Amino acid sequence: MNDSVMIEELKDLGAHLEVRQEAAMLSHQVVGGELTVTVTPTNVPSFVQFLKDDAACQFTTLIDITAIDWPEREKRFEVVYHFLSMTQNQRIRVKVPVREREIVPSIIDVHPSADWYEREVFDMYGVMFSGHPDLRRILTDYGFRGHPLRKDFPTTGYVEVRYSEEEKRVVYEPVSLVQDYRQFDFMSPWEGAEYILPGDEKKEA
Amino acid sequence: MAADGSKFDDALTGEQKIRNFNINFGPQHPAAHGVLRMVLELDGEIVERVDPHIGLLHRGTEKLMESRTYLQNLPYFDRLDYVAPMNQEHAWCLAIERLTGTEITRRASLIRVLYSEMGRVLNHLLNVTAQAMDVGAMTPLAWGFEEREKLMIFYERACGARLHAAYFRPGGVHVDLPQKLCDDIWAWTESFGEVLDDIEGLITENRIFKERNVDIAVVSREDAMAYGFSGVMVRGSGMAWDLRRAQPYECYDEFDFQIPVGQNGDCYDRYLCRMMEMRESVKIMRQALEKLDQCKGEDVLARGKLTPPKRGDMKTSMEALIHHFKLYTEGFHVPEGEIYAAVEAPKGEFGVYLVSDGSNKPYKAKLRAPGYPHLAAMDHLSRGHQLADVAAILGSLDIVFGEVDR
Repeated sequence: MNDSVMIEELKDLGAHLEVRQEAAMLSHQVVGGELTVTVTPTNVPSFVQFLKDDAACQFTTLIDITAIDWPEREKRFEVVYHFLSMTQNQRIRVKVPVREREIVPSIIDVHPSADWYEREVFDMYGVMFSGHPDLRRILTDYGFRGHPLRKDFPTTGYVEVRYSEEEKRVVYEPVSLVQDYRQFDFMSPWEGAEYILPGDEKKEA
Repeated sequence: MAADGSKFDDALTGEQKIRNFNINFGPQHPAAHGVLRMVLELDGEIVERVDPHIGLLHRGTEKLMESRTYLQNLPYFDRLDYVAPMNQEHAWCLAIERLTGTEITRRASLIRVLYSEMGRVLNHLLNVTAQAMDVGAMTPLAWGFEEREKLMIFYERACGARLHAAYFRPGGVHVDLPQKLCDDIWAWTESFGEVLDDIEGLITENRIFKERNVDIAVVSREDAMAYGFSGVMVRGSGMAWDLRRAQPYECYDEFDFQIPVGQNGDCYDRYLCRMMEMRESVKIMRQALEKLDQCKGEDVLARGKLTPPKRGDMKTSMEALIHHFKLYTEGFHVPEGEIYAAVEAPKGEFGVYLVSDGSNKPYKAKLRAPGYPHLAAMDHLSRGHQLADVAAILGSLDIVFGEVDR
């Protein structure tokens, strides 16, 4: 398919959604050949239902649900849905900005496949979904604490396991690192970055 | 004592009341295709409920990716679906190339098609024959592995590694293919048809295989969409949906190939689809080799910031040397933005959702593995089937835990 034709079609679709789902939508834009729609949390199920049923949309396949953590924003998380329409051969991305303890309505009634995706988002980011029948952790260990994909969760984690020869079982212990986890500072004068040399901060005081 | 036995009612205590039986399938079960623990609730031999517990192979790939450069992240993709590693790398490269607006050379594009199709054959060979083994046939697996071995040697000759290739790079492929390798792949495509015929001769009309697979786990079109299926799981149900045709990436639009579809959507049709797809893949590989013949000696890497300078330039040019050093230490920067890039991996739609903040590391990367929604539908697919069918269903879903658990 021609790229410019595709982008025009997506713009038309965005305008169509703007007219029909005005109350739910916060904004829509076409960037890099992809249509992104931002929706308020309360309207998610009805909006997704509309995407599925409307003749011009027919987004019948849920591709993915994930979230993005923006710790500096007031609405910390963005829950991101991807849908695919096999009949229209189009994709759409739906974003839902939520606060840290805000609850998103589950879309499991519209798309049964949302089950595991919502569990994964809950597991990884701690975003809760109301109406989900079984919101357990999915990828992490039994009894795991914390939400690993949050930006304030360290990559090394807090707990490590090993088999203890004395106790004849697997034991959980706090992580002890032989050396610090290596996080390199890539600020470089080649790309015109602000270079702060150690000790420079004392100059101000 | 009454002759009809009615007096024995008092012998039924609470203990003897019939209740459903719960068993653990896995995590160390050979038919679980990896580390999968499934809690099955059985009524006699009929499966009432399936609760797959996944995550036993969770390595936190997405978390790790956030603290590594784009190039360092590439090898993680080999470790997702380790049965067909290069197809995953492809999605990552496409995502980066689309965000940076990089055009890759024609030869690189053809090599990617060639090796993606090789990955498809690798995957289907393992899946089809392992599915046969799940229902009791040993020989096909051994025959399939013989061919896989040959293909892995082609992998090795292209990039030096049999499994964890790291061959597709943002901006092209790592190195060019030697002519001898192209000739050998060509010779392999000529002989592979016979091997497929042999395997088909063993399985396709085999009574046991058909009894175990026909009408098992029937997926209707509505189910396929409701449960987010992709790849063979939708094609087996009669929908000709293939990203290579529907949303062509790379140069798939210039290749001539068919999309095999099933009719009944059962395990057997999915097996047939996979067999046909292998033949189509070989067709694509032959076309790719013919096209490669017409562009010998071309660059396989787009020259620019994403790719290393030529070795020769580094001997004479200071800038090239600096570029090389900066590329492998700091890595390239990807402009701010977000992208979803998907490829038709052998198991279905493998997608990468990449959010970049303009630095040298991804701000967020979500890997959309095809096996994940397939396994999530296990409860729906297995209900009402017999315990023994669970292995057959799992086999036909084509699950690899590297990608499901990430």
